[in-house]
Amino acid sequence: MTGLIAIFRREVAAYFETPLAYVFLSVFAFAAPAFAWRVGRLFDTGRADLSPLFDYMPWLLLVLMPALAMRAWAEERDRGTLEVLLASPIALYELVLGKFLAALSVAALALMLTFPMWAAMNYLGSPDNAAIATAYLGALLLAGGYLALGQALSASTPNQVIAFVLGVGACFLVTVSGAPFMLDALSAHMPGAAAEALADLSALARFDSLRRGVISLADLIYFLSLMGLGLGLAMALIDARRGGGR
Amino acid sequence: MIRADRLIKRFAGFTAVDAVSFTVERGEVVAFLGPNGAGKSTTMRMLAGCLEPDDGRALIADFDCHIDRRAAQSHLGYLPEGAPAYPSMTARGFVRFGLRARGYSGAALEEATRVALDRARLGKMADKAIGALSKGYKRRAALAAAIAHDPPVLILDEPTDGLDPNQKDGVRDLIREMAPKKAILISTHLLDEVDAMCSRAVVIAEGRVKVDATPAEVARQFGGSLESAFRGLTGSLQDPVISDQTGPRT
Repeated sequence: MTGLIAIFRREVAAYFETPLAYVFLSVFAFAAPAFAWRVGRLFDTGRADLSPLFDYMPWLLLVLMPALAMRAWAEERDRGTLEVLLASPIALYELVLGKFLAALSVAALALMLTFPMWAAMNYLGSPDNAAIATAYLGALLLAGGYLALGQALSASTPNQVIAFVLGVGACFLVTVSGAPFMLDALSAHMPGAAAEALADLSALARFDSLRRGVISLADLIYFLSLMGLGLGLAMALIDARRGGGR
Repeated sequence: MIRADRLIKRFAGFTAVDAVSFTVERGEVVAFLGPNGAGKSTTMRMLAGCLEPDDGRALIADFDCHIDRRAAQSHLGYLPEGAPAYPSMTARGFVRFGLRARGYSGAALEEATRVALDRARLGKMADKAIGALSKGYKRRAALAAAIAHDPPVLILDEPTDGLDPNQKDGVRDLIREMAPKKAILISTHLLDEVDAMCSRAVVIAEGRVKVDATPAEVARQFGGSLESAFRGLTGSLQDPVISDQTGPRT
């Protein structure tokens, strides 16, 4: 665990030693309420709830989480510091998990920046705070899934821009696999059962039930599996570097 | 303390390291010599546990670097080629990070950090961002991180590359100071460095060990100087296509 804690501390410090965390947090703090107010018409609904904020959250996270994750391994490979890490007596899972938890902490901090909106809703009316808490949990789980995928793709290249583009692409596919337009397109080319099974893999559908305040074990397992898949893939790709591409 | 036992590494059909064997015992400073692309850095990466050999064994303090990697690495201080470090961190922060990853905390962490920064002669530069330091100080910061946990084995890939003469002397003094208690393997292109501080020289070319002897013996066998020996052993390999071949970075 000492390795994991050391990596976590270094990664959190690295986010704040450079402008990255400040830019990320500023963009999130501006964009999340802007979507809710301008696109989601937060004050036009006449209801004291944060649905408009969470309606657009997956699309915001889809772009911002790969931006947070892109440096995880691509930067280490580009600078040669991956060799320093691989020569340290740190288990590979500690390296991957330490980086992931650091990025997830920054994402959680970004979500906390929307708390003034929650406070405003409570001032203006009586929102269902349990449902809002569930929606925040859903947003954090979704962010975790995207970060894990982003980290895996960051491990596949030394170029951060490529890592970002691949990350956005992968998160987009995971998000829209259950969207009606995708289902229509897929059902034309595959059996209905296969298209439905693919729809079950959609992060959007899973997030939607959490957004509405419903916690199900299946949704929690889905998001934890998505994180496990991304982090497992990142571990496999980094471990493959030891083999020199064998 | 360091044992390379018929190490083999291939990249896309090209054999970078071909059955390389040698040992380094405590109290020895061994120079690892060869032209660019000879397989020095690849061998060192395998010994450091950063790269798996296709065949053969790499052992540090009797621990296999791949079967028992973390135990081997806990006995090792490694300075990779180019001395990579995090530019946004200070030298002090970089040393502390390496120590924390090895389980250091509290007073032991502070003391080990102070000693490492002093030994690497970082001075006032210890609290500046590594990205703002000169090449020499960057290399010293990476060296400080490599020696901070006082490992019994040191593998240093071109530790004096790019340093000015005063800085080179400083690093050589530090290596001489540490030599009696450690097994040290150094790769270098500077033959005067071998004479100055190494007890043995292993010359490698085309991925194979050409000679493993004391610097004096190597010089005697090949015309009286290390330079003539180096040219004699590797001179036919100076074709730039061959000498630019190196294994991929990890």
